[in-house]
Amino acid sequence: MSAPTFHGYVRPDGTVGIRNHVVVIPTVACANGVADSIARALPGVTALVHGHGCGRALEAGMHQAALAGLGKNPNVAGAVVIGLGCETVNAQLVASEIGSTGKPVECLMIQNEGGSRRTTDKGIATAGRMLRDASSMVRTERPVSDIVLGLECGGSDAFSGVTANPALGLVSDWLVDAGGTVVLTESTEMIGTAHILSRRAATPDIGERITRIVDEAEKRTRDILGPLASLVIAPGNMDGGMSSIQEKSLGCICKAGSRRIRGVVDYGQRPAAKGLMIMDGPGYDMESMAGLAAAGCQLMIFTTGRGNPAGFPVVPVLKVCSTSRVYRAMEDDMDVNAGEVLEGRALEDVAGEIRTCAVGIMNGRPAKAEVNGQGGILCLYAFTPAF
Amino acid sequence: MKPNVIVIHAQDNVAIALEDIPEGGDVVMPGKRVFPAREKIPYSHKVACEDIPAGGVVRKYGEPIGRASALLPKGSWVHIHNLDTEEAGS
Repeated sequence: MSAPTFHGYVRPDGTVGIRNHVVVIPTVACANGVADSIARALPGVTALVHGHGCGRALEAGMHQAALAGLGKNPNVAGAVVIGLGCETVNAQLVASEIGSTGKPVECLMIQNEGGSRRTTDKGIATAGRMLRDASSMVRTERPVSDIVLGLECGGSDAFSGVTANPALGLVSDWLVDAGGTVVLTESTEMIGTAHILSRRAATPDIGERITRIVDEAEKRTRDILGPLASLVIAPGNMDGGMSSIQEKSLGCICKAGSRRIRGVVDYGQRPAAKGLMIMDGPGYDMESMAGLAAAGCQLMIFTTGRGNPAGFPVVPVLKVCSTSRVYRAMEDDMDVNAGEVLEGRALEDVAGEIRTCAVGIMNGRPAKAEVNGQGGILCLYAFTPAF
Repeated sequence: MKPNVIVIHAQDNVAIALEDIPEGGDVVMPGKRVFPAREKIPYSHKVACEDIPAGGVVRKYGEPIGRASALLPKGSWVHIHNLDTEEAGS
């Protein structure tokens, strides 16, 4: 069998997009209105509106890097950065970081351009130019080793770890074996399995780092939730037959398959190596997906037990549900029904269907979350209150 | 007979019930091996698919999830009452 391929957009930095979006990135929530006005004037342009950019010190660097990472995402053809001028996040640095890829980028500061109206007009002209240039780009055949796949699970049920996640694990192994990159995140959902994950680390350093981020996730969960932490991490009170947090977490991490872990990156940080990677990050799906997109994932596969319909702007999200009951209830939202495993279908079969669906989406076929306009707003990870 | 349990990993010694299996009811493994449930196995819970000695490692996902706190004969319901998860081992 020849190496699997897809057709994508090759960017000047050599990364390959599976979508060709022009984005408007506000560097602070105060610039959301302008970003949104530009996008509304130009169908095909996406505004990555969010609630951050100021009022926080500890997250400022991470948010700045994440916003730049979103602009650098291979699915983005060009970016207009809209700053206000007095925010914590530095809009010029976000723009210059995006520009380091060689992609077109423009930075407009509302306080310098003469207010919202003038910035909007200028942004429409700039983004419109980028849109015309993007529309003449063509897809070329590329190996799937160019793909960085983000893994996500949300609204899990007792069978997420039996059907959807193990099937996705086979897909992860397939992509890693084909030379691609897979990013497992949600540190809170690794609690209890640090010793298992670190055993799979490519080096002792990586193993120690895995143990550290999982320990920190457990400590953070206990600090934030206090007595309620036991609802999330104590063994014994879990319905659905889970006997320990370790067993529950094994059901989460099995979506990453069984290969060696080649590295650990911070939230929103692009992996420097190929293969299976871990990204430190929260268990909250929306913030987790933003981190994966900022890390450069062109595609995300999201398993769900209860039926989560959320997608993400600029990165397609392939939904795999764990039971046929949810598939029948939410067929318009679910791309693949892994629940058929419970009716006797082989895991390998379902994995094959996920793989075929994923390659279709890489080639431009819309994921159901894209059809449904489930892009939503950008939710960036924050771990302290605003000041 | 259709399997009414699923085994996640080839090395596992527990299977997951796909329906409530009553005490004495058939546990039908994929591959058609059949044995009786020693007690009620609730939907989505674990059943021992081989005899697990006291102190023996219980495996799911091919990984240890705990040790049997007593002998768990084939067909036993495996949960927090007979699974010591504190020293799951590695």
